[in-house]
Parts: sequence; C-alpha cells; structure tokens
Amino acid sequence: MNNLEYIKERFNQLPAVGENGLGVIRQKAFDALNTMGIPTTRHEEWKYTRIGSFFNKEFKYTAAHPTAITATDLSAVRLPGYEQANELVYINGRYAPELSVLRSKGLTVQPLQEAAKNEYKDLVSKHLGHSSDYLKDGINALSTAFVQDGVFVHIKKGQIVEHPIYIYNITDAREANVLAQPRTLVYVSENAQVKFVETFNTLGTQESFTNRVIEIIVEKDAITEYYKLQTDASHASQVATTHIRQIGKCVTHTVTVSLNEGLVRNNLNIVLDEQYCEAHLYGIYLQQGQSHIDNHTVVDHAQPHCESNELYKGMLDDQSTGVFNGKIFVRKDAQKTNAYQSNKNVLLAEGASVNTKPQLEIFADDVKCSHGCTIGRLDEESLFYMRSRGITEATAKSLLLHGFAMDILEQIKLDPIREYVDKLISERLEFDIA
Amino acid sequence: MNNELSAIEKTVLSDYKYGFVTEIEADEAPPGLNEDIVRFISAKKNEPEWMLEWRLKAYNHWLKMEEPNWANVKYEKVNYQEIKYYSAPKQKKKVNSLDEIDPELRKTFEKLGISLDEQKRLSGVAIDAVIDSVSIGTTFKEQLAELGIIFCSISEAIQEHPELVKKYIGSVVPITDNYFSALNSAVFSDGSFCYIPKGVRCPMELSTYFRINAEGTGQFERTLLIADEGSYVSYLEGCTAPIRDENQLHAAVVELIAMQDAEIKYSTVQNWYPGDKDGKGGIYNFVTKRGICQGAHAKISWTQVETGSSITWKYPSVILKGDYSQGEFYSVAVTNNHQQADTGTKMMHLGKNTRSRIVSKGISAGVSNNSYRGLVHVGKNAANARNFSQCDSLLLGDKCGAHTFPYIEVKNNTAVVEHEATTSKIGEDQIFYCNQRGIDTETAVALIINGFAKEVMNQLPMEFAVEAQKLLAISLEGSVG
Repeated sequence: MNNLEYIKERFNQLPAVGENGLGVIRQKAFDALNTMGIPTTRHEEWKYTRIGSFFNKEFKYTAAHPTAITATDLSAVRLPGYEQANELVYINGRYAPELSVLRSKGLTVQPLQEAAKNEYKDLVSKHLGHSSDYLKDGINALSTAFVQDGVFVHIKKGQIVEHPIYIYNITDAREANVLAQPRTLVYVSENAQVKFVETFNTLGTQESFTNRVIEIIVEKDAITEYYKLQTDASHASQVATTHIRQIGKCVTHTVTVSLNEGLVRNNLNIVLDEQYCEAHLYGIYLQQGQSHIDNHTVVDHAQPHCESNELYKGMLDDQSTGVFNGKIFVRKDAQKTNAYQSNKNVLLAEGASVNTKPQLEIFADDVKCSHGCTIGRLDEESLFYMRSRGITEATAKSLLLHGFAMDILEQIKLDPIREYVDKLISERLEFDIA
Repeated sequence: MNNELSAIEKTVLSDYKYGFVTEIEADEAPPGLNEDIVRFISAKKNEPEWMLEWRLKAYNHWLKMEEPNWANVKYEKVNYQEIKYYSAPKQKKKVNSLDEIDPELRKTFEKLGISLDEQKRLSGVAIDAVIDSVSIGTTFKEQLAELGIIFCSISEAIQEHPELVKKYIGSVVPITDNYFSALNSAVFSDGSFCYIPKGVRCPMELSTYFRINAEGTGQFERTLLIADEGSYVSYLEGCTAPIRDENQLHAAVVELIAMQDAEIKYSTVQNWYPGDKDGKGGIYNFVTKRGICQGAHAKISWTQVETGSSITWKYPSVILKGDYSQGEFYSVAVTNNHQQADTGTKMMHLGKNTRSRIVSKGISAGVSNNSYRGLVHVGKNAANARNFSQCDSLLLGDKCGAHTFPYIEVKNNTAVVEHEATTSKIGEDQIFYCNQRGIDTETAVALIINGFAKEVMNQLPMEFAVEAQKLLAISLEGSVG
C-alpha cells in the first residue's frame, strides 16, 4: 500500500465530521488533498523539490507513546538558555504536556480541539487554516486534515512574555519510519510581546518526515520574533510552513537557520493585512553532503504604508542544492509600500547548485520595491589579501564565510540562541570563534 | 483629473496610425487547419518532398500538444479552425523588378514609411517585405550577392539553397519545441532567409517588414539567419497590422545561428495593432525566437521594442554553446489600456567562459499587465560563466501591474550571476524639477520615459532608434497627468 493511501485510511478512522468544532475544516482539507494530491515537480511551486518519494515508502503515522521519550532524551536536544524558557514539546507531531514547562504566567497553551469549543472558538474558526489560501497544494491540506492534534497558544492583551517559548519537535524514529505533523495556531493579542524558537530533532536511525504548520496571528502594537533552527540529520526530512498574518499595525521578525542534512522545504508567508505593518525576514543556509534546502517566501502587501525587508544568504558545499523563491505581492490598494528582497549565494564546490527566483507582482504604482540576487564564489582578491599576510587558505575561506554569515547571525536577538547558532556555523566552517 | 482623462481618450482615439486596410485581391486558402491545408501550402510554394514531410511531422506533433497556459496573460483561446492559414496578394506573374509590383501594395509600404525603391539608397537598408503570408520583394539583392550574402524569402531559399535550409531549419527551434513553434513549422508560408559567408561583414542593415493585411488570417512567418565563421550582420524587423475587431494570431519562429567568431545583432520594433481602449481586437503575438552561439567567441544580441499586440508572449533566447560566446538581451516593453505582455529571455550557458547580459525595461499604463519572465541557466560544464540581469519596471497609473519572474539555475560553482530589479513610478520631484524649468508635464513624462529606456534604445541602429522613440511617446501619450 502506498503511504498516501495509508494516510487516507488513517483519516477515515478518525472521529466522524461534526463531532468536534474542527470537523468541517478537516473534511474540506481532506477533499482538497484528494483533488490535489502530493505535489510533484510539475507543480510550479515544487519545481525544484521532490517529496513524492516520501509517499512511496512506508511511514507510520502514529503517536509514539509519550513515555517512550524520557527526560534524558529531551535533555540531549535542549537548547541553551532553556532554564529561562517556556518549553513546548511535541513528540511525533503531538503535544506532550507532561514534558512541557510553562514558566511565564498567564500563557495559554491548550489542544486545538478544546480551543475550538471554548472561549477561543471564534479566534480559532477565524484564523485556523488561513495558510491554505497561500499554499495550494496537497501537503498543506494533509496537515489541516489532521489538525485535531494541534495546539493553540494564546498571548493575552498587553502581556510581555519575558521567557522565550522554545518549541521542540521530536520524532521518535527508533523503531520505524515516522510521519509527524505538528500543528500550532498562535494568537498574539494587542500590545503583547513574545519570542519563539523552534527546533527539529529525530531520534534513532529510521527515517522521519515532518510536515509542520504553524500559523501566527499578530494584533496591533504587538511584537513577535520567531526563530527556526533546522539541524536535523540526513534521514530526517521536512516541509515546514510558517504563516504569519499581521492584522494590526505591528512588527514581526523572523530568522530561519537551515543547517539540515536531509531535505528541507520552508514556506514562510507573511500577510500584511493592516496599514503600517512592518516585517523583517532573514535566513541563512549552510548545506553540505547531499542536503537540499528550499526556501519559499511570500510577503503579501495587502494594505498601504507597510514595509518589508528580506535577506536570505546561503552557502552550498559538496553536492548540496539550494532553492530560493521569494515572492512579493503588492495589492492594488497597497500604495506607499516599501518592499526589499535580497538573496545571496556562495557555491563552494563543483557539485553544488542553486536555483533562485525572486519574484515581484505589483499592482499599485506608488511603491518602492526592489529585489536582487547574486550567485558566486569567494572573492579571489580577498583571499589573496589574507594569504599574502600569512593566513592559510582554509582559515581565510572560513573567515570570509563567517563574515558572510554575520549579517544574518546579528539578527538573532536572543543571546544564547545567537551564540549557539554561531557555534554551529563556525564548527561547520571550521572557524575558530576565539 | 478631467484634463488627464480627456488626454488619454484623445490619444487612444488617435493613436494607431498604421490601422488602414489595403484593398488588394488576395489568393487565399479556406479557413481551418487539417493535413490538406498543410499540403496545399506546400504545393502552392512548389516545395520539395522533404519540406512537406517536415511540415506534416510538425502538424502531427502539434495535434498531440496542448496549448500552454502558464504565462501571466488572460485571453480568449484561439479557434484554430477559423483562421485562414494562407493569404497572398494576388499576382499575375512572377515579378522581376520592384516596378512590377501591384501599385496598391507599393502605396501600402509608402504609407508605412518603408522604401521599397532601390533608388533611395540613402536609407542604406536592404528590406524583405512580407505581407500577410508571403514575401513581396527584397531590395539590394544584387549588391549583397556580390559579397556572397544570400538574402531572400525563405520560399525562394527552399528552392534555390535547399541544402542550407535543410541543414539549419529546425536546428535551433525543433518542431517539437512548443505548441506555437510546432504550428508555425506546419503552416509557415514565408519569411526571410539570410546567409552570411565566412569572414564577410554585411555592409548594410538587413531588414524584414511584416504586415498582416487580410481579414481572418494568421501570420506565420519563419526567419532563418546563419552567420558563418567570422561574419557580422545587423538585422532589423518591424511589424504592423490593420485595425480589426477580432483578434488575429501571429505565431512566428526566428532561428539564428552564429558560428565561430560570428556576430548577429537582431533588432525588433514590434507595433502590431494593440486593440482598442476596451481591449477589443488586436494581435496575439506568440513568437518563438532563439539563437545559438555554435562556435567559440560567437555573439548574439537581441534588442526589442515592444509597443503593440494585445497579447505578447515572446522570449528571445540564446544558447551559449561555444566557449567564450556572448549573449545579450535588451528590451523595452510598453503596455497600455488592456494590453498584456509576458516577455523576457532565456540564456543557456553551456560553454566555458560564456557571458550574458540582460537589460529589461517594462512600462505599464492603463489597466495593462507587463511581466518579465526570464531564465538564466548555467550548466555543469559552463565554467566561469557570467551573467548580469537588470529588470526595471515603471508604473504609470494605479490600475496597471508589473510582474517579474526571473528563474536562475546555477550548477557550476565558478559562475557569477547577478540579478536586480526595481519597480517605481515617476517621482513627483522629477516632474516638479522639469516644470520649474518650463517643461510641461506631458513633455517631462516623455523625457523621463526616454531616459528610463535609453540603455536599450542606445542598442538600436540609428534609423530605428528615432522611430522607436516616437513610438514610445505615441503609445504612452496622455497616460500620465
């Protein structure tokens, strides 16, 4: 049996539609999955990334018994600064409250199934699944079809969450190949401030495929920071969607760090749905071996007077491939928009390749939009300059590349996380921080 | 605001000065497309067997293909059975000199400002004029022949130089390439053929002039240009059509072949009828243009000024096969009213040390949509490939759209590829600056647009550049207040 058939069968085993508040959206997504199927490279948005093979193999879609993951397992994947953080743990795509720690008071974290029925039900029904307006493919629908296992996070009005929220996505692939679909809806209310850090880890040696969707709604005067760290092993692949909708004049700041060894597809959508919004998007990818990174970003300027800033930098070594597709939409009414986008790539080895497509679609005239992209190798003159001063070639290269990465590293405003990412990148570049 | 509107209306009503119809009796094929029509066209042209077979192969392949819909344009699909695939101005006998050409036809070309008269040597341009489907006359033939340059209609070339045509036709754009090129291969009725022998620098600009005249026809011309080792040629192409309410199809194929050290410069000023201000009528311009730098140090340069057509779908490309070969693409695309343009280029870097440069300027006004779609591909073996692309868009008015779809694929780590794009409108400060110095707004806008397009205009041969600048002003007159 093909894996997709198996997944569909699992869907049919779920409680029938209408038994909880999420029935309708789930059925709709399931129908969409049936019509669209898993995207192939004939799908324009998936031209350079193949995920079909993950659905030809057997992947188990089951909840590992949460107790199978021990505190020792968890401590191995913990991020620095966790002592001062709220920690949300997902095991095989399902929220594990017994391993999670909520240090900040007044933080609401509850299963989506409950939130869809209690006082948050209006928020949930209004915002859940909004990402499907931007991602017309079966893989997004697949996540929504199983949305009942998701989590709802609510940051209340005026709350400044001092401790960052660390989200651990742990896949237990010690016994079988695992498909995990962690799903989160975050609502950041007026005047609130919050920082998220998300990581992905696969335990064991079997394969894992993660289909992650997080939707974040930000109200006016709120500030949201979101950092995504991808350091998973070569037998772990993922499609990770971050969908941010800014519904009041607010600021968001995202940084995506991809040091994965397997295949990663990131969708980052930012919808600027109110005047005077500001969005900053940064990304760094350092790929080695056979790894594949695909960053698809969409910035939708739906309202006037908004500003967006995007910078993605990549270093591709060995036989790795990099894909970047940055879309900027400026809608008819979005006058006085400022939108900037830049993608810079360095190819470090003969077998490495990069496909990039910075795309602008503009329907308003009073705007300032620009995009640029470059692909190249290390500057010979800079290398020569250093070598003539007695620095070895290897050191000179890692110095230059580390400098290349600094622009993005500086955008990580959480000190322990920035230091940690710097350490990881330096290790890969064989660069001595001291 | 009121002033602005009336200005727009005024221009829209007065704009397209090439919209007349010439009353010439035409020899036509019945509308519709089937194998018999393909045979009919081939027989009319008295073509050899291999040509007919080639056409039929293309036709049979076309039947299996589907019309593509990926471009960023919306239009009513063409009914291929309603088009007349062959229409030729009726002529009693073969013309030997241009004096024998139908006077009505000559008048047409005079109206278009094209001199078919050999006396007018000052203009120094050799012209092959194609009306509806057939070439009606080529000037300066003898002088060119002295240098060994072959410049004639493609039908003539099929008769007289079959070995060259057989070798090169379909070698750059195979019949299976795309829907419209397959259609063209099956039914093309004429076009231009040019061969520049080894080491010859063509002393004058060669030019083709295309005109669709008859009603309900499609124009399917085919241009084949071969520059042998060390030669140089500059080639111009211009197009117009009468004003008609229905949409007419233009599906041409242009193939360029540059051998070692050869250089081809191909310039187009495209001014097909764009349709009226409500988007009614106009030409569908679905064209496949591609050149190949076959040998080392070859160079192909495309320059285009696109102001006409209701829909443009055109991607002049260069395959950089020879080492050290160069490709260039300079484009100004203007869309007004309901026009839609999806245009750009493809640069396929295959050889070592190949270089390419793309400069694209899009100007949108009215409710039009203007897209740049390009591909820069650097293959595994294309060491030290270099590309620079720049795509700028200018928006005039708040109802138009500008889109950029640049695809960049790099598979070699020694390649250096850069792309940059901007979108903006004409700044109030720029207009104010001009106004201050006594330049009225309309002139100021024309001035700024010309400055915006200058980088491309500079690439055009002189006579063309003047015409293109006027065209630009006419196409956009009154669209900015």
